[in-house]
Amino acid sequence: MFETFLFVLLAVVTTIAAILVIVQRNPVASAIYLIITLFCLAGIYLLLSAPFIAVIQVLVYAGAIMVLFLFVIMLLNLEKEKKLIYRNRLQKVLGVFLGGVLLAQIGMIFSSVLLEGSKGKFPAEKVAALGNTEVVARLLFTDFLLPFEIVSVLLLVAIVGAIVLAKKQI
Amino acid sequence: MNLVIPEINWSAIGPELTLSITAMVLLLLSVVASPTARRAIPYLSLLGIAFALLLCISLWGKSAYAFNRMVVLDNYALFFKIIFLITTALTVLMSIRYLKEQGYEHGEYYVLILFAAVGMMFMASAADLIIVFLGLETFSLAIYVLAGFFRAQPKSIESSLKYFLLGAFSTGFLLYGIALIYGATGTTNLKGIYEFVSKAPALTDPLLLIGMGLLIVGFGFKVASVPFHMWTPDVYEGAPTSITAFMSVGPKAAGFAAFLRVFLYALSPLQTDWIWILWVLAVLTMTLGNVVAIAQKNIKRMLAYSSIAHAGYILVAMVAADELGTASVLYYMLAYAFMNLGAFGVIILFGRKGEENVNISDYSGMAAKYPLLAAVMAIFMFSLAGIPPTAGFVGKFYIFSAAVKAGYIGLAIIGVLNSALSVYFYLRITVMMYMRSPEKEFAKLEPSPAMVIALIIAVFGTLQIGITPSHYLNLAKQSILALM
Repeated sequence: MFETFLFVLLAVVTTIAAILVIVQRNPVASAIYLIITLFCLAGIYLLLSAPFIAVIQVLVYAGAIMVLFLFVIMLLNLEKEKKLIYRNRLQKVLGVFLGGVLLAQIGMIFSSVLLEGSKGKFPAEKVAALGNTEVVARLLFTDFLLPFEIVSVLLLVAIVGAIVLAKKQI
Repeated sequence: MNLVIPEINWSAIGPELTLSITAMVLLLLSVVASPTARRAIPYLSLLGIAFALLLCISLWGKSAYAFNRMVVLDNYALFFKIIFLITTALTVLMSIRYLKEQGYEHGEYYVLILFAAVGMMFMASAADLIIVFLGLETFSLAIYVLAGFFRAQPKSIESSLKYFLLGAFSTGFLLYGIALIYGATGTTNLKGIYEFVSKAPALTDPLLLIGMGLLIVGFGFKVASVPFHMWTPDVYEGAPTSITAFMSVGPKAAGFAAFLRVFLYALSPLQTDWIWILWVLAVLTMTLGNVVAIAQKNIKRMLAYSSIAHAGYILVAMVAADELGTASVLYYMLAYAFMNLGAFGVIILFGRKGEENVNISDYSGMAAKYPLLAAVMAIFMFSLAGIPPTAGFVGKFYIFSAAVKAGYIGLAIIGVLNSALSVYFYLRITVMMYMRSPEKEFAKLEPSPAMVIALIIAVFGTLQIGITPSHYLNLAKQSILALM
């Protein structure tokens, strides 16, 4: 009961904060709402009994990445945004309409049936018995070794790309 | 605690490994080497590609799982890997002089192209949705950057940003789809999904169906099918032409490689559910691509819409989904790689800094001044339009006969009509080149040896695949055994 209450609370706050991120005109306010969203997501991960991911979420996203975000916003000293493109009104209306249809479809399916996915190799009880971080680490270096290594290539590409695009003189 | 290290099978990821190592060495080289030594980078990357290609050929016929069933080594993956390697090699050959002319001669360009190829190859050999996602992200990130490589040109930056924003959004769809499929089946492994879906009674789990729909959105974006095509013309127009060539073939082939493996293998028990979605997508994609291409004045935009139309033809083959249909996807992709890269090669050669020659009208009277180049362009245009004896003709023939055989006669008729429509705008360029008088003086063209080699390979491929099609179709048929 208490868990359901917590989940609903977190879910509502996450959604509202996420919407506020995109409707704010002020980038700093946007960033602050993003931090709230990320914190609430961490709470949801905790409810899903995934404390490791929750901690990483707070440390990496809400911590390190958001600090960088705010730094960049302040260093760039953004001017008031200018409207360059006058979008087709029909396109906007159609976009919102189709987005609404997709939302309604997904909502309808989720509410019409009680969804019960099949369980993977590590259900919550087993994870709790073994220790969350231990299970993650064990999987990362055995079953998911190759994806782990591909991620390092992916990050290298991202670093090279950032330098290529941003450095004054390559 | 007992740790079981899964069996590591290096040969399964041999080509990927070769290119990754080449890319990393070249990255170091582009930082520490002297400016003269840096000129060797494109040639060294070609060496790496050649080595990976040899490795692919030597592995042909073997099949194995590796890394706890994360990747699979089979002919299907190898066939696509060979397409990616050819694409990458031709792109590198076409880029050398182009980058110099434009003043962006940086080693990182080749490094990023090689990493993009690594991502594509992982996508082709993926046996797990996680690898599909990571491969897709790796090549997408590299191409976002490459599209904006001409940093001083606003159009290039615009292209990069557009591709990045829309691409990130579409990846979100793909990832959500993967998550829902995981939720429904409890596994991300393609074999596991197949086993789960074939055991489950038909059409019970809505989670699986939403997941499937979202996967179609994600893949549809990467292969540029309507209605997920909106980015294509702007991005193709703004990006450096060599990169446009690369991304008109590479990501499309990679997208289809994973699309086919996921839908024709893992989700094949749900075929009745997805086949009509793809039917509609195929019709929309072909029709919109060809109709809008007619109205284009810029040749890069025209080829962008033409590439959308070609994605539509391939979707027709996917709908057919039998042996011939699937094999013709592979055959068509190979043919498309040669003819499309070749066409972009001619555009790169014909355009230069300051005088880009990107409008179709710029091509008028070209044949009088450069008969050989015009003939080469005409071959690619004939092939794209599907006129014998080129590869494009045979490819379309296989696709449409597969559709008829599988009972999709309406689809085949729409396809043939579209193909007839496309003849108009491809032949318009040929007519411009041969039957109009030039509108202006042409500057002297000095093709680099690398570009000449690339064009010769492309012409040879286009004709060779078209004249002896059965050999290549047999290779494609051997490749798809893994999916059947």
